[in-house]
Amino acid sequence: MDAMRVLIIEDDTEAASYLTRVLQEAGHASVHAADGEEGQRLAEAGGFDVLVVDRMLPKRDGLAIVEDMRRRNDRTPVLILSALGQVDDRVIGLRAGGDDYLTKPYAFTELLARIEALARRNQPGGVETSYRVGDLTLDRLNQRVTRGNTEIVLQPREFRLLEYMMRNAGQVVTRTMLLEHVWDYHFDPQTNVIDVHVSRLRSKIDKGFDHPLLHTIRGAGYMIRDSVPD
Amino acid sequence: MIPSPIRLVRTTAFKLAIVYLVVFTGLTLFLIAYISRTTTDLLARQLEASITSEISSLVEQYRRGGLRQLVSAVEIRSRRPSASLYLVADFSGRTIVGNVADLPLAVLNLPDGRPVQVSYSRLDGELTREFQAVVRVFALPGGFRLLVGRDVGERVEFETVIAESIQFAIGVMVVMGLVTWVFVSRSVLGRVENMADTSRRIISGDLSRRLEVTGSGDEFDNLAESLNRMLDRIEALMTGLKEVSDDIAHDLKTPLTRLRTRLETALRDGAGEAGCREAIGASIEDADELIHLFDALLRIARVEAKSSGDELVPLDAAAIAADVAELYEPVVEDAGGRLITDVKGPLPIAGNRALVSQALANLLDNAIKYALPPDGAPAGAAGEVTLRAEQAGRGVRLTVADRGPGIPPEDRPRVTQRFVRLERSRTLPGSGLGLSLVSAVAGLHGGRLDLADAGPGLSATLILPVRQDPDGAEMRTDGTDVH
Repeated sequence: MDAMRVLIIEDDTEAASYLTRVLQEAGHASVHAADGEEGQRLAEAGGFDVLVVDRMLPKRDGLAIVEDMRRRNDRTPVLILSALGQVDDRVIGLRAGGDDYLTKPYAFTELLARIEALARRNQPGGVETSYRVGDLTLDRLNQRVTRGNTEIVLQPREFRLLEYMMRNAGQVVTRTMLLEHVWDYHFDPQTNVIDVHVSRLRSKIDKGFDHPLLHTIRGAGYMIRDSVPD
Repeated sequence: MIPSPIRLVRTTAFKLAIVYLVVFTGLTLFLIAYISRTTTDLLARQLEASITSEISSLVEQYRRGGLRQLVSAVEIRSRRPSASLYLVADFSGRTIVGNVADLPLAVLNLPDGRPVQVSYSRLDGELTREFQAVVRVFALPGGFRLLVGRDVGERVEFETVIAESIQFAIGVMVVMGLVTWVFVSRSVLGRVENMADTSRRIISGDLSRRLEVTGSGDEFDNLAESLNRMLDRIEALMTGLKEVSDDIAHDLKTPLTRLRTRLETALRDGAGEAGCREAIGASIEDADELIHLFDALLRIARVEAKSSGDELVPLDAAAIAADVAELYEPVVEDAGGRLITDVKGPLPIAGNRALVSQALANLLDNAIKYALPPDGAPAGAAGEVTLRAEQAGRGVRLTVADRGPGIPPEDRPRVTQRFVRLERSRTLPGSGLGLSLVSAVAGLHGGRLDLADAGPGLSATLILPVRQDPDGAEMRTDGTDVH
């Protein structure tokens, strides 16, 4: 992932400083705005790859900043952070123009994975018709998956799961991200549903091949990558 | 409590008494006035009739025997006890015969026939005393005049009686008004005061008190019974709330204590980097568990606070069930069981996809947890978990049945309460909030959660009302969300 510039609009300075550090460690630059007005000014100035906006801010509401951006036709991806985590709060946040919604308290791995996924989504090139990682190919038009010369037969849901992971190849995708994007569920099941689905997928694409492509990232989620992740 | 004068004036009893007094006094006055008026009229007519008949009889005497006979007839009649007034005068107004001492002379010159009221003095009594009489004058040939009259003292007396009875009636009315007031104040007002007093005690914290029911079955009893039922409900809710907050305190403090102790121990022992990392990792897990608990509690509270019909959209419950089944099927198999999906659609409901999905997920989570334990998963039929979706009457039934230990009938009503976990499940992970949410979701949709024996195992059914207009709005069967 190329280095990104992230605008963090968050009134909790301590949380923002941790976030800045995490982004820095991942090789990204960030700018922090501590209230809604400053955030609005910086957002208008532009030049960011992703915005992380807290929903409740002093001076100007986070959702108002996002709505304003969308009125100005600014398509920069926005991740909304909020302590309000119920289904309808989420819907309100996304309706205002947010691209993703994360409930506080969050895990940094989750936040970082989502920010990177958002930035990649916005990169030029648009939606590709096929993805390729190493010798694994996913053809979206013909709904075919091959590894080397072997065709792999997947269930429709397994296909969508692999498609999402390959679109974000080289990046961590968390269990919650998979549940949201592949199943459209916004709750945490008590059982390890996602792990079971991923391990089934893994047995189909990795079993019997010389090196694995689908990796488990401990404490974070999964990643599809040709080489072993660091 | 003794009411002050101002409070008394403000009371309903006082107002009622005043209204009663005014209305009944008015009515009585009207009745008495009406009766006295008609009676007076009748008396006046009778008086006039008797005067007219006396005049005709005296005129008859005059015709028969001239003035002499008239005079003698008048003399005879004048001497009778309580006689009428008689006067025969010549053309100059001098009295020839009669029992009237003094009379305004103008009366004799009045036109013939009309009765008039005059003051007069009587010849046979004390001369100075004035009386009232109605008289009529009859002109005789030769300028003579015959006057006949009757004393109206009786009528005046009658009017006095009427006036007195009016005063008496008003007096009675006032007394009765006061009596009513006192009665109403004592009984009705007393009971109202009693209720207010009891209410004040309840407000100040004594929720076990109840309003007095006298058993008379009147509207106050009715009111008191209704209020008592309301108090029963409030007390039950308060007790529930207290239990919930006790449970919350317990269930949130336990992981918090564990978290704190672990961090403290790591800090004090100087466990080295590896030990610290381990403690921190475990602490994050504890924190996640707490966050999960908070989320679940908030979600239940939000769902319970919503009113039914809020944000419910047309949905196909069969599609929801199929989606959830698809998510869980590999999980059930991984746990050593088998998920049998029996979905008969479409099943139109008005609902919230996210919440119905989560409710089903919670039921499946429970089935996996209790019927397919990690140690020694049951084989064959014992490992079957069934997800059934069907329509029965006016209800859509979404059932998750397992072959596990089930829930004893006596525990079924309480397992939907927050944090209630049965003794044998204490060792398994879980918050005791899963079924609470399912129950709350059922409530939001105007349905219910039914727990039954699957013989063996538990059969948990989410019963949701069938949407009434299946041909109306377009159904969302694709399961998309705003995204």
